[in-house]
Amino acid sequence: MTKEEILHLGTLSRIRLSDAEALKLKGEIDAILEYVSEVNKLVPDGHLEKKVGLVHNVFREDKVVNEPDSYSDVLQAAFPEREGDYLKVKKILNPDS
Amino acid sequence: MTISELRKKFISGEYTPMEAVAEAKAVISEKDGDIHAYLDVYDDAEEMAKEATARYQKEGGNTPPLCGVPLAIKNNILIAGKRATGASKILDNYIASYDATVIKRLRDAGAIFIGSTNMDEFAMGSSTENSAYGPTRNPIDQSRVPGGSSGGSAAAVAMSSVPAALGTDTGGSIRQPASYCGLVGLKPTYGAVSRYGLMAMGSSLDQAGTLTNSVEDAETLFNVIAGRDPHDMTTISGETYGVAPTKDTYTFGVPRAFLGQGVDADVMERFESHLDELRAAGHRIVDIELPLFEAGLAAYYIVMPAEVSSNLARFDGIRYGVRKEGKDLLETYLNSRADGFGAEAKRRILLGTYVLSSGYFDAYYGKAEALRGKMRDELNAAFAQVDLVVTPTAPTPAFKLGEKSDPLSMYRQDIFTVPVNLTGVPALSIPMGEVERDGVSLPTGVQYIAPHGGEARLFDIGRKVYDAKRYNNG
Repeated sequence: MTKEEILHLGTLSRIRLSDAEALKLKGEIDAILEYVSEVNKLVPDGHLEKKVGLVHNVFREDKVVNEPDSYSDVLQAAFPEREGDYLKVKKILNPDS
Repeated sequence: MTISELRKKFISGEYTPMEAVAEAKAVISEKDGDIHAYLDVYDDAEEMAKEATARYQKEGGNTPPLCGVPLAIKNNILIAGKRATGASKILDNYIASYDATVIKRLRDAGAIFIGSTNMDEFAMGSSTENSAYGPTRNPIDQSRVPGGSSGGSAAAVAMSSVPAALGTDTGGSIRQPASYCGLVGLKPTYGAVSRYGLMAMGSSLDQAGTLTNSVEDAETLFNVIAGRDPHDMTTISGETYGVAPTKDTYTFGVPRAFLGQGVDADVMERFESHLDELRAAGHRIVDIELPLFEAGLAAYYIVMPAEVSSNLARFDGIRYGVRKEGKDLLETYLNSRADGFGAEAKRRILLGTYVLSSGYFDAYYGKAEALRGKMRDELNAAFAQVDLVVTPTAPTPAFKLGEKSDPLSMYRQDIFTVPVNLTGVPALSIPMGEVERDGVSLPTGVQYIAPHGGEARLFDIGRKVYDAKRYNNG
Protein backbone atom coordinates (compact mmCIF):
# COMPACT_ATOMS: atom_id res chain seq x y z
CA MET A 1 0.00 0.00 0.00
CA THR A 2 1.27 3.52 -0.77
CA LYS A 3 1.04 6.64 1.36
CA GLU A 4 -1.34 8.10 -1.23
CA GLU A 5 -3.64 5.09 -0.88
CA ILE A 6 -3.69 5.58 2.90
CA LEU A 7 -4.55 9.25 2.44
CA HIS A 8 -7.33 8.21 0.03
CA LEU A 9 -8.70 5.74 2.62
CA GLY A 10 -8.64 8.63 5.07
CA THR A 11 -10.78 10.74 2.75
CA LEU A 12 -13.19 7.83 2.18
CA SER A 13 -13.39 7.39 5.97
CA ARG A 14 -13.84 11.15 6.46
CA ILE A 15 -10.70 11.40 8.60
CA ARG A 16 -8.06 14.03 7.76
CA LEU A 17 -4.59 12.50 8.08
CA SER A 18 -1.24 14.26 8.24
CA ASP A 19 1.61 12.91 6.09
CA ALA A 20 3.36 11.61 9.22
CA GLU A 21 0.20 9.79 10.37
CA ALA A 22 -0.27 8.29 6.89
CA LEU A 23 3.30 6.97 6.83
CA LYS A 24 2.96 5.34 10.26
CA LEU A 25 -0.42 3.84 9.34
CA LYS A 26 0.98 2.51 6.07
CA GLY A 27 3.50 0.29 7.89
CA GLU A 28 0.95 -0.86 10.47
CA ILE A 29 -1.82 -1.60 7.99
CA ASP A 30 0.57 -3.46 5.69
CA ALA A 31 1.62 -5.69 8.61
CA ILE A 32 -1.98 -6.31 9.69
CA LEU A 33 -3.11 -7.12 6.13
CA GLU A 34 -0.26 -9.55 5.73
CA TYR A 35 -1.29 -11.25 8.98
CA VAL A 36 -4.99 -11.48 8.13
CA SER A 37 -4.26 -12.86 4.64
CA GLU A 38 -3.94 -16.19 6.46
CA VAL A 39 -7.69 -16.63 5.89
CA ASN A 40 -6.96 -16.93 2.15
CA LYS A 41 -5.10 -20.18 2.77
CA LEU A 42 -8.05 -21.69 4.63
CA VAL A 43 -10.91 -20.62 2.41
CA PRO A 44 -10.42 -21.40 -1.28
CA ASP A 45 -11.65 -18.90 -3.87
CA GLY A 46 -15.21 -19.36 -4.99
CA HIS A 47 -16.28 -20.95 -1.72
CA LEU A 48 -17.99 -17.92 -0.26
CA GLU A 49 -21.13 -19.64 0.86
CA LYS A 50 -23.24 -17.24 2.92
CA LYS A 51 -25.22 -18.86 5.69
CA VAL A 52 -27.85 -17.26 7.86
CA GLY A 53 -27.59 -18.68 11.36
CA LEU A 54 -30.23 -19.11 14.00
CA VAL A 55 -29.69 -15.54 15.05
CA HIS A 56 -30.72 -13.11 12.35
CA ASN A 57 -32.36 -9.74 12.11
CA VAL A 58 -36.10 -9.75 12.77
CA PHE A 59 -37.75 -6.47 12.01
CA ARG A 60 -40.58 -5.17 14.13
CA GLU A 61 -43.66 -3.52 12.74
CA ASP A 62 -42.96 -0.09 11.32
CA LYS A 63 -45.05 1.98 13.67
CA VAL A 64 -44.35 4.85 16.01
CA VAL A 65 -44.26 3.68 19.62
CA ASN A 66 -43.15 6.88 21.37
CA GLU A 67 -45.37 9.83 22.23
CA PRO A 68 -44.66 12.62 19.71
CA ASP A 69 -41.91 14.98 20.97
CA SER A 70 -41.10 12.77 23.96
CA TYR A 71 -37.37 12.80 23.11
CA SER A 72 -37.16 16.09 21.20
CA ASP A 73 -35.80 18.22 24.03
CA VAL A 74 -33.09 15.82 25.07
CA LEU A 75 -31.98 15.17 21.48
CA GLN A 76 -31.95 18.88 20.64
CA ALA A 77 -29.91 19.56 23.76
CA ALA A 78 -27.17 17.37 22.26
CA PHE A 79 -26.95 19.39 19.00
CA PRO A 80 -23.49 20.93 18.58
CA GLU A 81 -25.18 24.00 17.06
CA ARG A 82 -28.85 24.86 16.86
CA GLU A 83 -31.17 27.61 15.80
CA GLY A 84 -34.54 27.32 17.49
CA ASP A 85 -35.67 23.75 16.94
CA TYR A 86 -33.33 23.27 13.99
CA LEU A 87 -29.96 21.54 13.85
CA LYS A 88 -27.52 23.90 12.20
CA VAL A 89 -24.99 22.49 9.72
CA LYS A 90 -22.54 23.87 7.16
CA LYS A 91 -23.57 24.12 3.54
CA ILE A 92 -22.89 21.06 1.40
CA LEU A 93 -21.86 22.85 -1.79
CA ASN A 94 -18.94 25.22 -1.57
CA PRO A 95 -18.28 27.42 -4.60
CA ASP A 96 -14.57 27.74 -3.57
CA SER A 97 -13.83 24.02 -3.59
CA MET B 1 -17.14 -8.56 49.00
CA THR B 2 -19.68 -10.26 46.75
CA ILE B 3 -23.21 -9.22 45.83
CA SER B 4 -24.62 -12.22 47.70
CA GLU B 5 -22.69 -11.31 50.88
CA LEU B 6 -23.84 -7.68 50.63
CA ARG B 7 -27.42 -8.75 50.06
CA LYS B 8 -27.43 -10.92 53.20
CA LYS B 9 -26.09 -8.05 55.29
CA PHE B 10 -28.61 -5.59 53.82
CA ILE B 11 -31.48 -7.95 54.65
CA SER B 12 -30.29 -8.59 58.20
CA GLY B 13 -29.76 -4.86 58.70
CA GLU B 14 -26.14 -5.41 59.73
CA TYR B 15 -25.04 -3.11 56.89
CA THR B 16 -27.04 -0.63 54.78
CA PRO B 17 -26.92 0.54 51.16
CA MET B 18 -26.10 4.03 52.51
CA GLU B 19 -23.03 2.63 54.24
CA ALA B 20 -22.10 0.62 51.14
CA VAL B 21 -22.26 3.69 48.90
CA ALA B 22 -20.31 5.77 51.44
CA GLU B 23 -17.65 3.07 51.55
CA ALA B 24 -17.51 2.80 47.74
CA LYS B 25 -16.97 6.56 47.52
CA ALA B 26 -14.31 6.43 50.25
CA VAL B 27 -12.40 3.71 48.37
CA ILE B 28 -12.63 5.73 45.16
CA SER B 29 -11.29 8.89 46.86
CA GLU B 30 -8.47 6.92 48.42
CA LYS B 31 -7.38 4.81 45.44
CA ASP B 32 -8.70 6.15 42.18
CA GLY B 33 -6.22 9.00 41.93
CA ASP B 34 -3.61 6.28 41.22
CA ILE B 35 -5.75 3.62 39.52
CA HIS B 36 -8.04 5.80 37.36
CA ALA B 37 -10.74 3.16 37.02
CA TYR B 38 -13.50 5.78 36.84
CA LEU B 39 -14.27 8.49 34.31
CA ASP B 40 -17.19 9.97 36.28
CA VAL B 41 -18.43 9.29 39.80
CA TYR B 42 -22.15 9.97 40.27
CA ASP B 43 -23.41 12.23 43.02
CA ASP B 44 -26.98 10.90 42.96
CA ALA B 45 -25.84 7.50 44.31
CA GLU B 46 -26.39 8.65 47.91
CA GLU B 47 -30.01 9.56 47.17
CA MET B 48 -30.62 6.13 45.59
CA ALA B 49 -28.90 4.48 48.59
CA LYS B 50 -31.20 6.34 50.97
CA GLU B 51 -34.26 5.00 49.16
CA ALA B 52 -32.82 1.47 49.07
CA THR B 53 -32.04 1.59 52.80
CA ALA B 54 -35.63 2.62 53.52
CA ARG B 55 -36.90 -0.21 51.31
CA TYR B 56 -34.91 -2.81 53.26
CA GLN B 57 -36.38 -1.47 56.52
CA LYS B 58 -39.88 -1.95 55.11
CA GLU B 59 -39.57 -4.94 52.77
CA GLY B 60 -36.47 -6.86 53.93
CA GLY B 61 -35.90 -9.92 51.74
CA ASN B 62 -38.82 -9.01 49.46
CA THR B 63 -36.77 -6.21 47.90
CA PRO B 64 -35.60 -6.86 44.32
CA PRO B 65 -32.38 -8.91 43.95
CA LEU B 66 -29.93 -6.02 43.49
CA CYS B 67 -31.59 -3.52 45.81
CA GLY B 68 -28.94 -1.12 47.09
CA VAL B 69 -26.04 -2.93 45.37
CA PRO B 70 -23.48 -0.42 44.06
CA LEU B 71 -22.26 -1.15 40.53
CA ALA B 72 -19.78 0.47 38.13
CA ILE B 73 -20.71 0.73 34.44
CA LYS B 74 -18.40 0.79 31.43
CA ASN B 75 -18.69 4.14 29.71
CA ASN B 76 -19.96 2.75 26.39
CA ILE B 77 -23.27 1.83 28.05
CA LEU B 78 -25.86 4.62 28.18
CA ILE B 79 -27.33 5.83 31.48
CA ALA B 80 -29.92 8.55 30.85
CA GLY B 81 -28.67 11.98 31.93
CA LYS B 82 -25.06 10.82 32.45
CA ARG B 83 -22.03 11.50 30.27
CA ALA B 84 -21.34 8.62 27.86
CA THR B 85 -17.98 9.15 26.17
CA GLY B 86 -16.88 5.69 25.07
CA ALA B 87 -13.53 7.10 26.32
CA SER B 88 -13.38 9.12 23.09
CA LYS B 89 -12.78 12.84 22.68
CA ILE B 90 -15.46 12.93 19.98
CA LEU B 91 -18.13 12.25 22.66
CA ASP B 92 -16.49 14.33 25.40
CA ASN B 93 -19.66 16.42 25.87
CA TYR B 94 -22.28 13.74 25.11
CA ILE B 95 -25.03 13.20 27.68
CA ALA B 96 -26.98 9.96 27.16
CA SER B 97 -30.58 10.64 26.16
CA TYR B 98 -31.93 7.26 27.28
CA ASP B 99 -31.14 4.19 29.40
CA ALA B 100 -29.64 1.12 27.74
CA THR B 101 -31.85 -1.94 28.24
CA VAL B 102 -29.25 -3.49 30.58
CA ILE B 103 -29.32 -0.30 32.68
CA LYS B 104 -33.10 -0.24 32.80
CA ARG B 105 -33.12 -3.87 33.96
CA LEU B 106 -30.47 -3.23 36.63
CA ARG B 107 -32.39 -0.13 37.77
CA ASP B 108 -35.62 -2.15 38.02
CA ALA B 109 -33.72 -4.73 40.09
CA GLY B 110 -32.70 -1.97 42.51
CA ALA B 111 -29.02 -1.49 41.60
CA ILE B 112 -27.22 1.77 42.33
CA PHE B 113 -24.82 3.21 39.75
CA ILE B 114 -21.67 4.55 41.42
CA GLY B 115 -19.96 5.77 38.31
CA SER B 116 -18.76 5.12 34.76
CA THR B 117 -15.53 3.28 34.10
CA ASN B 118 -12.57 3.92 31.83
CA MET B 119 -11.97 1.81 28.74
CA ASP B 120 -10.09 1.66 25.47
CA GLU B 121 -11.66 4.17 23.08
CA PHE B 122 -14.92 2.68 21.74
CA ALA B 123 -13.80 -0.65 23.30
CA MET B 124 -10.85 -1.00 20.91
CA GLY B 125 -7.84 -2.35 22.74
CA SER B 126 -6.60 -4.91 25.24
CA SER B 127 -5.00 -2.67 27.87
CA THR B 128 -7.17 0.44 28.50
CA GLU B 129 -4.19 2.49 27.30
CA ASN B 130 -6.22 3.69 24.30
CA SER B 131 -8.52 5.88 26.43
CA ALA B 132 -8.62 9.59 25.50
CA TYR B 133 -8.68 10.21 29.28
CA GLY B 134 -5.45 8.40 30.13
CA PRO B 135 -4.79 4.77 31.06
CA THR B 136 -6.12 2.74 33.99
CA ARG B 137 -3.60 0.91 36.18
CA ASN B 138 -3.91 -2.62 37.51
CA PRO B 139 -4.67 -2.45 41.28
CA ILE B 140 -2.57 -5.60 41.83
CA ASP B 141 0.55 -4.04 40.29
CA GLN B 142 0.27 -0.42 39.25
CA SER B 143 3.11 -0.68 36.74
CA ARG B 144 0.88 -3.03 34.76
CA VAL B 145 -2.28 -2.69 32.69
CA PRO B 146 -5.63 -4.01 33.95
CA GLY B 147 -6.32 -5.49 30.50
CA GLY B 148 -8.98 -4.15 28.21
CA SER B 149 -11.08 -2.92 26.84
CA SER B 150 -13.19 -3.16 30.03
CA GLY B 151 -10.09 -2.35 32.14
CA GLY B 152 -11.78 0.35 34.20
CA SER B 153 -14.61 -2.00 35.17
CA ALA B 154 -12.12 -4.73 36.13
CA ALA B 155 -9.98 -2.30 38.15
CA ALA B 156 -13.08 -0.86 39.89
CA VAL B 157 -13.95 -4.35 41.18
CA ALA B 158 -10.33 -5.40 41.86
CA MET B 159 -9.69 -2.28 43.99
CA SER B 160 -12.83 -3.18 46.02
CA SER B 161 -14.79 -0.02 45.22
CA VAL B 162 -17.77 -2.08 43.99
CA PRO B 163 -18.67 -5.78 44.19
CA ALA B 164 -19.35 -5.98 40.44
CA ALA B 165 -19.29 -4.04 37.20
CA LEU B 166 -20.70 -4.24 33.69
CA GLY B 167 -18.40 -4.47 30.71
CA THR B 168 -18.72 -5.30 27.04
CA ASP B 169 -16.88 -8.05 25.17
CA THR B 170 -16.28 -7.95 21.41
CA GLY B 171 -13.13 -10.09 21.29
CA GLY B 172 -12.23 -10.73 24.93
CA SER B 173 -12.80 -7.32 26.50
CA ILE B 174 -14.42 -8.76 29.65
CA ARG B 175 -12.57 -12.08 29.99
CA GLN B 176 -9.01 -10.81 29.48
CA PRO B 177 -9.27 -7.99 32.08
CA ALA B 178 -10.97 -10.47 34.45
CA SER B 179 -7.95 -12.72 33.98
CA TYR B 180 -5.45 -9.86 34.55
CA CYS B 181 -7.26 -8.63 37.68
CA GLY B 182 -8.15 -11.98 39.32
CA LEU B 183 -11.90 -11.76 38.70
CA VAL B 184 -14.74 -13.76 37.20
CA GLY B 185 -15.69 -12.51 33.72
CA LEU B 186 -18.72 -13.61 31.72
CA LYS B 187 -19.26 -13.17 27.96
CA PRO B 188 -22.83 -14.39 27.33
CA THR B 189 -24.12 -16.09 24.16
CA TYR B 190 -24.48 -13.60 21.31
CA GLY B 191 -28.05 -12.33 21.60
CA ALA B 192 -28.56 -13.35 25.24
CA VAL B 193 -28.22 -9.76 26.47
CA SER B 194 -29.67 -6.74 24.67
CA ARG B 195 -27.23 -4.41 22.91
CA TYR B 196 -29.75 -1.51 22.92
CA GLY B 197 -27.99 1.51 24.36
CA LEU B 198 -24.49 0.07 23.96
CA MET B 199 -22.13 1.93 21.64
CA ALA B 200 -21.78 -0.50 18.77
CA MET B 201 -18.26 -1.63 17.88
CA GLY B 202 -18.57 -4.96 16.04
CA SER B 203 -22.31 -5.52 15.88
CA SER B 204 -22.10 -9.25 15.08
CA LEU B 205 -19.64 -9.78 17.99
CA ASP B 206 -20.58 -7.37 20.81
CA GLN B 207 -22.14 -8.61 24.05
CA ALA B 208 -22.54 -6.94 27.42
CA GLY B 209 -21.45 -9.03 30.39
CA THR B 210 -20.20 -8.98 33.94
CA LEU B 211 -17.04 -8.66 36.05
CA THR B 212 -17.56 -10.09 39.53
CA ASN B 213 -15.82 -11.68 42.52
CA SER B 214 -17.81 -14.91 42.28
CA VAL B 215 -19.57 -17.08 39.71
CA GLU B 216 -22.75 -16.85 41.78
CA ASP B 217 -22.73 -13.06 41.32
CA ALA B 218 -22.19 -13.43 37.56
CA GLU B 219 -25.28 -15.62 37.48
CA THR B 220 -27.33 -13.17 39.58
CA LEU B 221 -26.46 -10.28 37.27
CA PHE B 222 -26.91 -12.34 34.10
CA ASN B 223 -30.41 -13.35 35.19
CA VAL B 224 -31.28 -9.66 35.58
CA ILE B 225 -29.79 -8.34 32.32
CA ALA B 226 -30.54 -11.26 29.94
CA GLY B 227 -33.67 -11.72 27.87
CA ARG B 228 -35.46 -10.68 24.73
CA ASP B 229 -35.73 -7.00 23.95
CA PRO B 230 -37.90 -5.52 21.19
CA HIS B 231 -35.20 -2.83 20.83
CA ASP B 232 -32.51 -5.36 19.83
CA MET B 233 -33.57 -7.56 16.93
CA THR B 234 -30.83 -10.11 17.62
CA THR B 235 -31.85 -10.95 21.20
CA ILE B 236 -32.71 -14.59 21.77
CA SER B 237 -35.03 -16.38 24.15
CA GLY B 238 -34.22 -19.35 26.38
CA GLU B 239 -35.61 -21.66 23.66
CA THR B 240 -33.58 -20.39 20.71
CA TYR B 241 -30.73 -22.84 21.18
CA GLY B 242 -32.35 -25.28 23.60
CA VAL B 243 -30.83 -26.02 26.97
CA ALA B 244 -27.31 -27.38 27.51
CA PRO B 245 -28.04 -29.58 30.55
CA THR B 246 -25.96 -29.41 33.72
CA LYS B 247 -24.27 -32.63 34.88
CA ASP B 248 -22.48 -33.97 37.95
CA THR B 249 -19.24 -34.28 36.04
CA TYR B 250 -18.27 -32.87 32.66
CA THR B 251 -16.06 -33.80 29.75
CA PHE B 252 -13.65 -30.98 28.92
CA GLY B 253 -12.02 -30.66 25.52
CA VAL B 254 -8.49 -29.23 25.36
CA PRO B 255 -7.49 -27.90 21.91
CA ARG B 256 -3.82 -28.86 22.37
CA ALA B 257 -2.41 -27.69 19.05
CA PHE B 258 -4.07 -24.28 19.47
CA LEU B 259 -2.44 -23.83 22.90
CA GLY B 260 1.04 -24.11 21.40
CA GLN B 261 0.78 -20.47 20.35
CA GLY B 262 2.96 -18.26 22.49
CA VAL B 263 1.64 -19.10 25.96
CA ASP B 264 4.08 -18.25 28.78
CA ALA B 265 5.57 -21.43 30.27
CA ASP B 266 4.35 -20.74 33.83
CA VAL B 267 0.85 -19.85 32.59
CA MET B 268 0.82 -23.22 30.81
CA GLU B 269 1.93 -24.89 34.09
CA ARG B 270 -0.99 -23.26 35.93
CA PHE B 271 -3.26 -24.51 33.16
CA GLU B 272 -1.98 -28.08 33.50
CA SER B 273 -2.49 -27.95 37.30
CA HIS B 274 -5.99 -26.68 36.69
CA LEU B 275 -6.70 -29.66 34.44
CA ASP B 276 -5.34 -31.92 37.22
CA GLU B 277 -7.76 -30.30 39.68
CA LEU B 278 -10.63 -30.96 37.28
CA ARG B 279 -9.57 -34.60 36.90
CA ALA B 280 -9.29 -34.97 40.67
CA ALA B 281 -12.87 -33.68 40.98
CA GLY B 282 -14.03 -36.48 38.67
CA HIS B 283 -14.24 -34.60 35.37
CA ARG B 284 -12.87 -36.08 32.14
CA ILE B 285 -10.24 -34.25 30.09
CA VAL B 286 -9.79 -35.14 26.43
CA ASP B 287 -7.71 -33.59 23.65
CA ILE B 288 -9.65 -32.12 20.74
CA GLU B 289 -8.75 -30.56 17.41
CA LEU B 290 -9.96 -27.08 16.51
CA PRO B 291 -7.60 -26.35 13.60
CA LEU B 292 -9.57 -23.37 12.28
CA PHE B 293 -9.52 -21.63 15.66
CA GLU B 294 -5.87 -20.86 15.07
CA ALA B 295 -6.94 -18.58 12.23
CA GLY B 296 -9.65 -16.97 14.37
CA LEU B 297 -7.57 -13.91 15.17
CA ALA B 298 -6.90 -13.28 11.47
CA ALA B 299 -10.62 -13.55 10.62
CA TYR B 300 -11.43 -11.31 13.59
CA TYR B 301 -9.12 -8.54 12.35
CA ILE B 302 -11.10 -8.47 9.12
CA VAL B 303 -14.68 -8.78 10.42
CA MET B 304 -14.27 -6.47 13.41
CA PRO B 305 -12.63 -3.46 11.63
CA ALA B 306 -15.20 -3.81 8.83
CA GLU B 307 -17.99 -3.46 11.37
CA VAL B 308 -16.10 -0.73 13.24
CA SER B 309 -15.72 1.38 10.10
CA SER B 310 -19.50 1.22 9.55
CA ASN B 311 -20.49 1.74 13.17
CA LEU B 312 -18.14 4.64 13.82
CA ALA B 313 -19.38 6.45 10.71
CA ARG B 314 -22.15 7.86 12.90
CA PHE B 315 -19.69 9.95 14.91
CA ASP B 316 -19.33 12.96 12.65
CA GLY B 317 -19.89 15.97 14.88
CA ILE B 318 -23.24 16.77 13.28
CA ARG B 319 -26.10 15.71 15.57
CA TYR B 320 -24.20 15.22 18.84
CA GLY B 321 -20.66 15.04 20.14
CA VAL B 322 -17.81 17.41 19.45
CA ARG B 323 -17.89 19.38 16.19
CA LYS B 324 -14.83 21.04 14.65
CA GLU B 325 -16.13 23.44 12.04
CA GLY B 326 -14.66 23.59 8.55
CA LYS B 327 -15.54 25.77 5.61
CA ASP B 328 -18.16 23.29 4.39
CA LEU B 329 -19.81 20.07 5.50
CA LEU B 330 -17.06 17.77 4.16
CA GLU B 331 -14.36 19.73 5.94
CA THR B 332 -16.44 19.67 9.13
CA TYR B 333 -16.52 15.86 8.95
CA LEU B 334 -12.79 15.61 8.21
CA ASN B 335 -11.86 17.96 11.05
CA SER B 336 -14.25 16.52 13.65
CA ARG B 337 -13.16 12.94 13.03
CA ALA B 338 -9.43 13.76 12.74
CA ASP B 339 -9.55 15.53 16.11
CA GLY B 340 -12.09 13.27 17.80
CA PHE B 341 -10.66 9.80 17.19
CA GLY B 342 -7.48 8.35 18.70
CA ALA B 343 -4.83 6.36 16.82
CA GLU B 344 -6.34 2.89 17.33
CA ALA B 345 -9.83 4.01 16.25
CA LYS B 346 -8.36 5.60 13.10
CA ARG B 347 -6.31 2.47 12.35
CA ARG B 348 -9.33 0.20 12.55
CA ILE B 349 -11.63 2.53 10.62
CA LEU B 350 -9.10 2.70 7.77
CA LEU B 351 -8.50 -1.04 7.83
CA GLY B 352 -12.26 -1.68 7.78
CA THR B 353 -12.77 0.78 4.93
CA TYR B 354 -10.05 -1.05 2.98
CA VAL B 355 -11.36 -4.60 3.49
CA LEU B 356 -14.89 -3.52 2.56
CA SER B 357 -13.85 -1.63 -0.59
CA SER B 358 -15.02 -3.10 -3.88
CA GLY B 359 -12.37 -5.36 -5.35
CA TYR B 360 -11.16 -6.45 -1.89
CA PHE B 361 -14.48 -7.35 -0.31
CA ASP B 362 -14.50 -11.02 -1.38
CA ALA B 363 -10.81 -11.56 -0.66
CA TYR B 364 -11.09 -10.31 2.91
CA TYR B 365 -14.56 -9.87 4.37
CA GLY B 366 -16.20 -12.60 2.28
CA LYS B 367 -13.53 -15.13 3.20
CA ALA B 368 -13.47 -14.15 6.86
CA GLU B 369 -17.23 -14.61 7.10
CA ALA B 370 -16.98 -17.97 5.33
CA LEU B 371 -14.24 -19.03 7.75
CA ARG B 372 -16.43 -17.95 10.61
CA GLY B 373 -19.17 -20.30 9.43
CA LYS B 374 -16.67 -23.15 9.23
CA MET B 375 -15.40 -22.36 12.73
CA ARG B 376 -18.96 -22.57 14.03
CA ASP B 377 -19.36 -26.02 12.39
CA GLU B 378 -16.00 -27.13 13.80
CA LEU B 379 -16.98 -26.06 17.30
CA ASN B 380 -20.43 -27.66 17.09
CA ALA B 381 -18.75 -30.91 16.05
CA ALA B 382 -16.47 -30.65 19.10
CA PHE B 383 -19.49 -30.14 21.35
CA ALA B 384 -20.87 -33.46 20.13
CA GLN B 385 -17.95 -35.07 21.99
CA VAL B 386 -17.32 -32.72 24.91
CA ASP B 387 -19.44 -30.59 27.27
CA LEU B 388 -17.04 -27.69 27.55
CA VAL B 389 -13.88 -26.44 25.84
CA VAL B 390 -11.12 -25.17 28.13
CA THR B 391 -8.18 -22.84 27.37
CA PRO B 392 -6.14 -20.27 29.26
CA THR B 393 -7.99 -16.93 28.99
CA ALA B 394 -4.87 -15.05 27.89
CA PRO B 395 -1.37 -16.27 26.98
CA THR B 396 0.34 -14.08 29.62
CA PRO B 397 -0.43 -12.32 32.89
CA ALA B 398 -0.91 -8.52 32.88
CA PHE B 399 1.84 -6.73 30.94
CA LYS B 400 3.48 -3.40 31.69
CA LEU B 401 2.05 -0.10 30.53
CA GLY B 402 3.65 0.82 27.22
CA GLU B 403 5.07 -2.67 26.70
CA LYS B 404 3.00 -3.51 23.61
CA SER B 405 3.52 -0.58 21.29
CA ASP B 406 3.15 -2.66 18.12
CA PRO B 407 -0.56 -3.20 17.30
CA LEU B 408 -0.14 -6.86 16.26
CA SER B 409 1.56 -7.86 19.52
CA MET B 410 -1.36 -6.26 21.41
CA TYR B 411 -3.88 -8.07 19.20
CA ARG B 412 -2.23 -11.45 19.98
CA GLN B 413 -3.35 -11.16 23.63
CA ASP B 414 -6.83 -12.03 22.37
CA ILE B 415 -5.92 -15.24 20.52
CA PHE B 416 -7.99 -17.51 22.82
CA THR B 417 -10.92 -15.15 23.33
CA VAL B 418 -11.83 -13.96 19.81
CA PRO B 419 -12.97 -17.38 18.46
CA VAL B 420 -15.70 -17.28 21.12
CA ASN B 421 -17.09 -14.01 19.75
CA LEU B 422 -16.73 -15.14 16.14
CA THR B 423 -18.81 -18.26 16.86
CA GLY B 424 -21.23 -16.52 19.27
CA VAL B 425 -20.93 -19.04 22.12
CA PRO B 426 -20.77 -18.06 25.82
CA ALA B 427 -17.57 -18.24 27.87
CA LEU B 428 -16.55 -17.70 31.47
CA SER B 429 -13.10 -16.72 32.76
CA ILE B 430 -12.25 -17.64 36.36
CA PRO B 431 -8.97 -17.20 38.26
CA MET B 432 -6.54 -20.06 37.59
CA GLY B 433 -3.73 -19.28 40.04
CA GLU B 434 -0.83 -16.90 40.15
CA VAL B 435 2.50 -16.50 38.38
CA GLU B 436 5.37 -14.31 39.52
CA ARG B 437 6.76 -11.35 37.54
CA ASP B 438 9.40 -9.00 39.04
CA GLY B 439 8.62 -10.34 42.52
CA VAL B 440 4.87 -9.70 42.25
CA SER B 441 2.25 -12.46 42.16
CA LEU B 442 -0.07 -11.85 39.23
CA PRO B 443 -3.35 -13.63 38.55
CA THR B 444 -4.06 -15.72 35.45
CA GLY B 445 -7.38 -16.95 34.13
CA VAL B 446 -8.88 -20.11 32.69
CA GLN B 447 -11.63 -19.89 30.08
CA TYR B 448 -14.53 -22.35 29.90
CA ILE B 449 -16.44 -22.27 26.62
CA ALA B 450 -19.98 -23.73 26.43
CA PRO B 451 -22.34 -24.39 23.51
CA HIS B 452 -24.76 -21.63 22.43
CA GLY B 453 -27.21 -20.90 25.25
CA GLY B 454 -25.04 -22.87 27.72
CA GLU B 455 -24.69 -20.22 30.45
CA ALA B 456 -26.32 -22.50 33.06
CA ARG B 457 -23.56 -25.05 32.46
CA LEU B 458 -20.86 -22.37 32.87
CA PHE B 459 -22.39 -21.20 36.15
CA ASP B 460 -22.68 -24.78 37.40
CA ILE B 461 -19.05 -25.73 36.71
CA GLY B 462 -17.82 -22.28 37.75
CA ARG B 463 -19.50 -22.55 41.14
CA LYS B 464 -18.14 -26.06 41.67
CA VAL B 465 -14.59 -25.15 40.71
CA TYR B 466 -14.19 -21.54 41.82
CA ASP B 467 -16.88 -20.43 44.29
CA ALA B 468 -16.43 -23.58 46.40
CA LYS B 469 -12.69 -22.86 46.70
CA ARG B 470 -13.22 -19.17 47.26
CA TYR B 471 -15.65 -19.65 50.15
CA ASN B 472 -13.53 -22.40 51.72
CA ASN B 473 -10.58 -20.03 51.84
CA GLY B 474 -12.85 -17.40 53.41
